[in-house]
Amino acid sequence: MSVATHETPVTAGATPRPKKKRGPDRRPGLSRSLPYLLLAPAVLLELLIHIIPMLVGIWMSFVKLTKFFIANWSAAPWAGFDNYKVAVDINNAVGEGLLKSFGVTIIFSAVTLALSWALGMAAAVALQPAFKGRSIVRTLFLVPYALPAYAGILTWNFMLQRDTGAVNHVLVDNLGLTSDRPFWLIGGNALISLITVAVWKLWTFAFLTLMAGLQSIPNDVYEAASVDGAGLVRQWRHITLPSLRPVNLVLVLVLFLWTFSDFNTPYVLFGTAQPPAGDLITFHIYNASFLTWNFGSGAAMSVLLLIFLMIVTGAYLLVTGRRSRRA
Amino acid sequence: MRLRSLVAAVAVSALGISLAACGGSDSGDSSGGGGGGDATLTYWASNQGTSLDNDKQVLTPVLEKFTQETGVKVNLEVIGWNDLQTRIQTAITSGQAPDVVNIGNTWAASLQATDAFLPFDGDAMTAIGGKDKFVPTALATGGKEGTDPTSVPLYGLAYGLYYNKAMFQQAGLQPPKTWEEMVAAAKKLTNPAKNQWGMALAAGSYTENVHFAFINAAQNKSEWFNAEGKPTFTSDGNVQGVLRYLDLMQKDKVANPSNAQYDNGTKAVNDFATKKVAMVINQNNANSSIVANGMKPGEYGVVPFPAPAGGEQVASHVAGINLSIFKTTKNKDAALKFVKYMTDAPTQTTLGKPFASLPVLKDAKPAFTSDAAEAATFSDIYNTKSKPLPLVPAEDQYESTVGKAMNSMFAKIATGGTVTADEVKAALKTAEDQVAASS
Repeated sequence: MSVATHETPVTAGATPRPKKKRGPDRRPGLSRSLPYLLLAPAVLLELLIHIIPMLVGIWMSFVKLTKFFIANWSAAPWAGFDNYKVAVDINNAVGEGLLKSFGVTIIFSAVTLALSWALGMAAAVALQPAFKGRSIVRTLFLVPYALPAYAGILTWNFMLQRDTGAVNHVLVDNLGLTSDRPFWLIGGNALISLITVAVWKLWTFAFLTLMAGLQSIPNDVYEAASVDGAGLVRQWRHITLPSLRPVNLVLVLVLFLWTFSDFNTPYVLFGTAQPPAGDLITFHIYNASFLTWNFGSGAAMSVLLLIFLMIVTGAYLLVTGRRSRRA
Repeated sequence: MRLRSLVAAVAVSALGISLAACGGSDSGDSSGGGGGGDATLTYWASNQGTSLDNDKQVLTPVLEKFTQETGVKVNLEVIGWNDLQTRIQTAITSGQAPDVVNIGNTWAASLQATDAFLPFDGDAMTAIGGKDKFVPTALATGGKEGTDPTSVPLYGLAYGLYYNKAMFQQAGLQPPKTWEEMVAAAKKLTNPAKNQWGMALAAGSYTENVHFAFINAAQNKSEWFNAEGKPTFTSDGNVQGVLRYLDLMQKDKVANPSNAQYDNGTKAVNDFATKKVAMVINQNNANSSIVANGMKPGEYGVVPFPAPAGGEQVASHVAGINLSIFKTTKNKDAALKFVKYMTDAPTQTTLGKPFASLPVLKDAKPAFTSDAAEAATFSDIYNTKSKPLPLVPAEDQYESTVGKAMNSMFAKIATGGTVTADEVKAALKTAEDQVAASS
């Protein structure tokens, strides 16, 4: 709404101007087209970088683009919905693999999202009151976010090695929690490792966003609340949380989209030896396309993923939008 | 108003520039090379030495000599194994390809199917010196049987069983001639309490794993594809072959469970070179890593990777690197000259030592080791005990699906689970379905 009210005076102001100055006919035309001309580079690049590849991807999902046709992909035969049929047929190996990967990804996203948000919120609230060294701690918390993802995840890979890793050194050698050295990058523990690394990478973003949001809540509200006898938990529930609602709406959505389509973390953490427990969907699709050279099938899976994310995002915006209007 | 039109003009011209840039980069990148005149070839080499830089150092004088002889310049790019296949895929898809490229010879039939490579037919084969100069089994890896190959052998490699001579002597053991002897020796040399193991396996590397699935199945006289090129992964010989290899960790317990995380062969070789394990099965280019880790050439011996008693004497697949020419090359003649030069005897001898490769030429002597016995053993394995991996277009999918299935099974064993023959069969069935679905 605020956008609309802003725009009205601008257009109102702009309209009388050509009337006053009766210049050549060309001018009003140019001034009307100017915004579009200014927008054009952005629109064109958007088309070039996002829309066209997406359309190509959709086209690919309908053709049989295997290794026999990648040298001359315009000759790839039309496959109709065959690629999709294979991808959703859970009775065959490909569909079953996709479904399992989808399940792993849902668990991964939900847990990573929840932990990142909770940690980010806790840290943001804890660092709200001023104390000595606060800015140092804040800076320190931002390190994982500032570190290049590749370097950070690779370090985790070293730390999670069974025989030489720091994690087992602490758990087994120093603390003696187990006598048997657990594997962290293969088997069932792989998902725990993956979530840990993803949370480590992501929670600081939640922290940063929530911290920024907290700055806009006036201190008087908290003071008034504490005068009325509200404890810290109550203050958090009834002041902090509702005030951060707009921030949270965006944050949760962004975190979800990021974690659900996370590729770097499993790719760098597991390399070519990815365990089934860490088989996230974008990585799965990458393998389906590049290792088996079946780009049509990979594209079909990508389109399914796109549709799923669009539905989730749409539903989320619809539900939260309705609620905020009611509120 | 003047300002506005100025801004508009700037915007429009900026747009024009950005579009021109898009068009420009397209034509600018296609380094097809000169187009006539003094030709320049682009050559993508694979990583054969101890590092990408090492490869560059080894190859540069060899390429300079070629330029002197022919006047053809060569732009060299060395590409690591993790990227090479993707780079080739991208080159095929985009048409922006180098002129000549190294490929893993097991990809030959798969890459041939893309129709992006120049077949070495009668004329082209003559131009590079004729097919008779090559070891026949090596040349057989160049493409599907009964077709003109789209790649020719460049460096030959073969698996051998490396053993630590001192450890064997102390335990009073002879180098194994059968699988059973190998397992018995490995058991005797295994002592988990002292972190001492009989063998090291690259059990987390799908490419290594699939090679052993293949070799062990071949020892059982079993095939992975039938005559029509359809996968037959679940045959009993394949299941038992895979299980036999898995059992080194599972039943015989002669390999450290940590090996399930070894995602490349070098890690296993390093364990051998640092004397933590008594045996390792690796290709003959292990030598450089072994020596780099402090083991002297006389301290280890090599025997063929043994088959079980009564099994087929297959000790290796025909491993190695092949050379291909992209069809899109604008310098076909220069590219053919280059392939001839790289596969001729003098170049083969020059590169044989630094890259620890076996000669792909008939009657050539291996130059990769000064140990005559080792050289003879590897030559014997390569020439008489090697079988090419399936020469079918789906070979790449066979590697990734079966190899990854073995990764998972090793992971299960390492984390305390057991893998039965039925489970191996089920895993191979899944792999077979995946291959069938995308071929």
